[in-house]
Amino acid sequence: MKQTPRIASLPPAFGSWRDIRPLVAVVSARYRTLLQYRAAAFAGFATQLFWGAIRLMILAAFFAAATEPQPMNLTEVVAYVWLGQALLGMLPWNVDADFRQQIRDGTVAYDLLRPLDLYSYWYGRTLGFRVAAPTLRGIPMVLFAMVLLPLAGLGDWALIPPASAVAFAGFVGSLVLAAMLATAVTLLAHISLLWTISGVGVDRILTVLVTIFSGLVVPLPLFPDWLQPFLNWQPFRGLADVPYRIYSGNIPPAEIVPELVFILVWTVALVLLGRLILLRGVRRMVVQGG
Amino acid sequence: MPQIEVRGLAKTFRVAERLPGLAGAFRGLFHRRMRDVHALDGIDFDIERGELVGYIGPNGAGKSTTIKILAGILNPTSGTCRVDGLTPWRDRRRHVSRIGVVFGQRTQLWWDLPVIESFDLLRDIYRVPPATYRDNRDRLIALMDLEPLLDVPVRQLSLGQRMRSDLAAALLHGPSLLFLDEPTIGLDAVSKLAIRDFVRELNRDRQVTVLLTTHDMDDIEALCDRVMVIGNGRILADGSVDGLRRRVRNERVLVVDYDSASEAAMLAAEGEGVRLVERDASRVRIAFDPERLPAATLIGKLLAQGTPHDLFIEHPPIEQTVAELYAEHDMRER
Repeated sequence: MKQTPRIASLPPAFGSWRDIRPLVAVVSARYRTLLQYRAAAFAGFATQLFWGAIRLMILAAFFAAATEPQPMNLTEVVAYVWLGQALLGMLPWNVDADFRQQIRDGTVAYDLLRPLDLYSYWYGRTLGFRVAAPTLRGIPMVLFAMVLLPLAGLGDWALIPPASAVAFAGFVGSLVLAAMLATAVTLLAHISLLWTISGVGVDRILTVLVTIFSGLVVPLPLFPDWLQPFLNWQPFRGLADVPYRIYSGNIPPAEIVPELVFILVWTVALVLLGRLILLRGVRRMVVQGG
Repeated sequence: MPQIEVRGLAKTFRVAERLPGLAGAFRGLFHRRMRDVHALDGIDFDIERGELVGYIGPNGAGKSTTIKILAGILNPTSGTCRVDGLTPWRDRRRHVSRIGVVFGQRTQLWWDLPVIESFDLLRDIYRVPPATYRDNRDRLIALMDLEPLLDVPVRQLSLGQRMRSDLAAALLHGPSLLFLDEPTIGLDAVSKLAIRDFVRELNRDRQVTVLLTTHDMDDIEALCDRVMVIGNGRILADGSVDGLRRRVRNERVLVVDYDSASEAAMLAAEGEGVRLVERDASRVRIAFDPERLPAATLIGKLLAQGTPHDLFIEHPPIEQTVAELYAEHDMRER
């Protein structure tokens, strides 16, 4: 008895509205679980502070040596770097160890015992995982870069406040969308574990792709001109580059809405792709048994 | 109409065979030999609403495969199955919202969260109405004595405590059908008794249908009116526990105690349908077939020979019965 996938009646991107309450519960459960790891949060904060300082020094040297005008000024770059360090955990650069373990020991099949659409269920779990780290590490990082640095007389290296009220609203909106996009990307990696099991390879590929193409290594506008058309259309820039530049005003208010639509479209596309692949993964799971 | 109706259910897994050694591993990169494993080889049974059925068999016999198919998380290769009118693997979401499942080997609670938060999460996942949830939760907490455990993260619970919490968690949404896969595995005697009492009451007072797999024959004797034995993917026996005993060997043992060894030594126990099992000091054990020689007749004969100070009849232990059934079908662990 083979069950044929019903592609004709593909479910809406995020399941039905009835899924929202369980989804919220699942997000908050994963979130609360991860908030317990305070030592990890502290260690993460210290590491990211260190990396932030190194990135700033490298970029500052670059700006000092530059002879031509750059598409971003140094203040905007400093904001870009600190926001990147604060929100690093939200980038889809790794898979949830909890998930990997469940797939390895086959217990992931038991998730089918819940009366939920499996994609929505896993989306909720992944969203909780994605947003837990930045709340723990991001808030102290912002306080450090915005308040402590100027007090220590290092105002040139401090995180500036948002460019305007509009920029701030756009930043918050783009951050929410970025979290949803990051979750869709992470979930694709999680689903791929159904085939690869170990997930070590996925982790490495993701880390490279995401850190380079989101702008985390070098802000995207500083890449060569011939790369810009490609960089402007790939999804990863919605994760970091867009929100950080909206914050600093490097993306002007008039362009905010199109940029938000850009992130949203990629999110929906990756969610639909994830659903399709999961459909095949589940078929495999229910045929081979966990 | 029976609550569960299973017809010709079969499940074949394809597994890759690995050849031994380095050369074998290397060859496996290019050409994999696949082997079919028939976990279920066409099984049929019905379970009526309110039944409490034991499901036993050696490891690898197909118990867990059956439970997984009935629970909707595994597709069979062929055959049909209706549970409350639904096909579990087709109507998965509707089906699983009506059943409870407990796997003794693995918790379904959130490992890092306190028990009560897992319960609240399940309320949201199953969309249990608030009043129903409060009723169910409070009743289960009282019955399973969970009050002191509610704020403890699941990873810190002992196995017995975890099992009680898992059972409660599986019932918060008030399912009318409960699958228990080895719920007493690894538990101490007190915890086992607590679990058994709870399952019995649940079945009797709430008419919850229970299908229970176990290796502990005491579970079966204490709980089940009916037992199904599976081996090599086929149902070998299905009926009452007594019926199972009779099917294998219709024999009881009469134990007779005398005041002294000399009195015991004088007892003659020979004849149609009677066999002397052992004579140990002042105790004599006689096996007899109650259909050929009624117990009363046997006892009458013994009393004519002398006056024992005590006598009683033993059932053969169910372990022995089951072991003999397995042996009869030449079943070994696969």
